[in-house]
Amino acid sequence: MSRRYDSRTTIFSPEGRLYQVEYAMEAIGNAGSAIGILSKDGVILVGEKKVTSKLLQTSASTEKMYKIDDHVACAVAGIMSDANILINTARVQAQRYAFAYQEPMPVEQLVQSLCDTKQGYTQFGGLRPFGVSFLFAGWNKNYGFQLYMSDPSGNYSGWKAAAIGANNQAAQSMLKQDYKEEITREEAIQLAIKVLSKTMDSTSLTSEKLELAEVFLSSGTVKYQVCSPETLTKLLLKSGVTQPAADAS
Amino acid sequence: MESVFGLVGKDFAIVVADSSAVHSILVHKTNEDKIMVLDSHKLMGASGETGDRAQFTEYVQKNVALYQFRNGIPLTTAATANFTRGELATALRKNPYMVNIILAGYDKDVGPSLYFIDYIASLHKVDKAAFGYGSYFALSMMDRHYRRDMSVEEAIELVDKCIREIRSRLVVAPPNFLIKIVDKDGAREYGWRESIKDAPVAAA
Repeated sequence: MSRRYDSRTTIFSPEGRLYQVEYAMEAIGNAGSAIGILSKDGVILVGEKKVTSKLLQTSASTEKMYKIDDHVACAVAGIMSDANILINTARVQAQRYAFAYQEPMPVEQLVQSLCDTKQGYTQFGGLRPFGVSFLFAGWNKNYGFQLYMSDPSGNYSGWKAAAIGANNQAAQSMLKQDYKEEITREEAIQLAIKVLSKTMDSTSLTSEKLELAEVFLSSGTVKYQVCSPETLTKLLLKSGVTQPAADAS
Repeated sequence: MESVFGLVGKDFAIVVADSSAVHSILVHKTNEDKIMVLDSHKLMGASGETGDRAQFTEYVQKNVALYQFRNGIPLTTAATANFTRGELATALRKNPYMVNIILAGYDKDVGPSLYFIDYIASLHKVDKAAFGYGSYFALSMMDRHYRRDMSVEEAIELVDKCIREIRSRLVVAPPNFLIKIVDKDGAREYGWRESIKDAPVAAA
């Protein structure tokens, strides 16, 4: 691996690699993981919160999940400050589309648009790529529920189940084994929790270390709901990955 | 003196436009097509400044096509109408397009729809609409005779009534009209209503 070709984003190495892009993906490999699963009645996103401290002000804001528009949400893994820029860009793109067409932007078009932005940072301007991977969950009339994963290179694809962040390869292969078509939202949540509990470093999962969000339809409109800590605790108990309060040592 | 009007029927929409291309006192041609077919299921009838009309409708048509190439799905009629209105609105405060538009389309989930878009970027979803001096007569006839869910035959009867009024009551009435229809099977020409046919030209 030649060190001469990694300081500028805008050049290929002799082996045809873009080192800056790969290094960006390295950075994400150290970040909190996130898993997305597509079910027949919705998409679920579960994220691992890396920043856990009693001193943290847990207000309404989330660390891993963000709403882009009424019908699209995303989970992030990587450098949070980079993620904030891109999330804002995605929000603006979604509103710009809605302004022009008075219709919600189809999910794939939104993902593609954001990825075009990310690609720009790998080809010109001399600026480093964004150190963020996204899992986009959304719904539109044409294609129903969708899940997309995108990375710093600006590549994206649609998935039935995907993982980003730390240990994402292990998570991805576990998902491959246990995912089944026609999975329901509840089953998807259980699967995601099970996989995360195995790939996360923590000894036991509590609701403080996780974030869970669902995108689903309720009386014809798309809903994005972040799970409350109480509900999350119940779900964790149900899946058996956490010890009931009485037994906690 | 251009006339464009349209109406919505049971599961179709019709756009009618006169077909005279006029410059001052000269009639260049009497078979000008002013109803652009935007895509398989959309029609855009336009009246106004000739250059602007052609330029703007072609611009919308190409953008509709680009959207479909990029995204694999066609724009809905509503989205097309809003996009069109947006372009007119953006140009309005600098360099307005002097074009009045009647947009008709058929969407599988919504059925037929008709949009009134004037040159200062008003947008209204309507059952019947008309532009030009002929609108005085066409709208009055449609107000009197239009009913929802008309069949094609009934709608064409109404269209013919409107054309008859325009021809008889407008001082410089356009002689020929073109009718186009859009329904679940697509957008297509329905027919001409000609009172002046160009004289046949002998071959050399």
